[in-house]
Amino acid sequence: MTTRLIVSVWRGTAQGAFVTYEVPRQESQTVLDVVTYIQRHLEPSLSYRYACRVGMCGSCAMTVNGIARWTCRTHVSKVADGAGLEIAPLANLPVIKDLATDMTAFFDKWARAKGQFKGDRTRHDDFARVEPKSKARQAADAGIECIGCGVCYAACDVVTWRPDFLGPAALNRAWTLVNDERDVEGRERLRAVAGDAGCHACHTQGSCTERCPKQIAPTSAIAGLKRVTARAAVRGKL
Amino acid sequence: MNPMGANAVAEARRWYWMRISSMVLAVCVLVHLATVVYAVRGGLSAGEILGRTRGSITFAAFYGVFVIACAIHVPIGVESVVREWLGASPRTARVVGWLAALAIAVLGLRAVYAVVAA
Repeated sequence: MTTRLIVSVWRGTAQGAFVTYEVPRQESQTVLDVVTYIQRHLEPSLSYRYACRVGMCGSCAMTVNGIARWTCRTHVSKVADGAGLEIAPLANLPVIKDLATDMTAFFDKWARAKGQFKGDRTRHDDFARVEPKSKARQAADAGIECIGCGVCYAACDVVTWRPDFLGPAALNRAWTLVNDERDVEGRERLRAVAGDAGCHACHTQGSCTERCPKQIAPTSAIAGLKRVTARAAVRGKL
Repeated sequence: MNPMGANAVAEARRWYWMRISSMVLAVCVLVHLATVVYAVRGGLSAGEILGRTRGSITFAAFYGVFVIACAIHVPIGVESVVREWLGASPRTARVVGWLAALAIAVLGLRAVYAVVAA
């Protein structure tokens, strides 16, 4: 293990440059530790975002050596190229400053994909009983642990090519709700996620699935949406 | 209505057609390759090919289906490529897609006719 890391960090907005810092190498050091060291000891004006430090909140994602990652759970030893580390903001999102991106478009797309649950029961009704082993429940389970970090969105080439594309996270969320038997907005949701800015724009390249730090497979969620929307369209129910 | 709702049905149908045509193409390509391998075993000449294909309804039907499946499948993908890689507008991409479909259908069916017609 080297004693020092040579870290290139993006400074600026869309315009800017990489600035190099030397950071002491520690055992079990995460990329977030490195960024925090730089801000606390070397460059107090460095902007970045984090909250929980334990892989729950989804706010610390950055591009590390060219690949979108959650930095709090990414050990330097896994990603450093010798003593070199390059840290940039997430791709496909406007940069506010340095390593902090504007995630408005990302979350607006969750709303556009009808990512909100809507049920029809009131507090006076009995609980819904969902069979844990049912196919729908299992499909919802597969995608439910998304923390909204934006790694999949930054890794998606289709988002780069078609900025309008809803993206893997929003579509994954929609798929969990399509499989939620308590939800009553199924048809509206399918309409919202179909179309050339929706699931049909996906080329199944699988970068989202490859990069998701929670091992979710948005690619298969999107494939599911394609199947269900096609079935609905053929039956005249879309 | 959701702004994307208008093309939602069209896009879902297009995906469906792409899927169906790809299934047909998968079978067609395998049959085609198997036929090629079988047909060239003892050397091959134009006369030999035409001798087998001329007047054959089976040949005409099989390659007719092959061409039509291509004419359905290719333009949908071409449209995406033209939009995403060349930055064309959806309208331009649609026109290019239709032209590709037309070219494949006309040239392909003409070729089928040429080897099948007696």
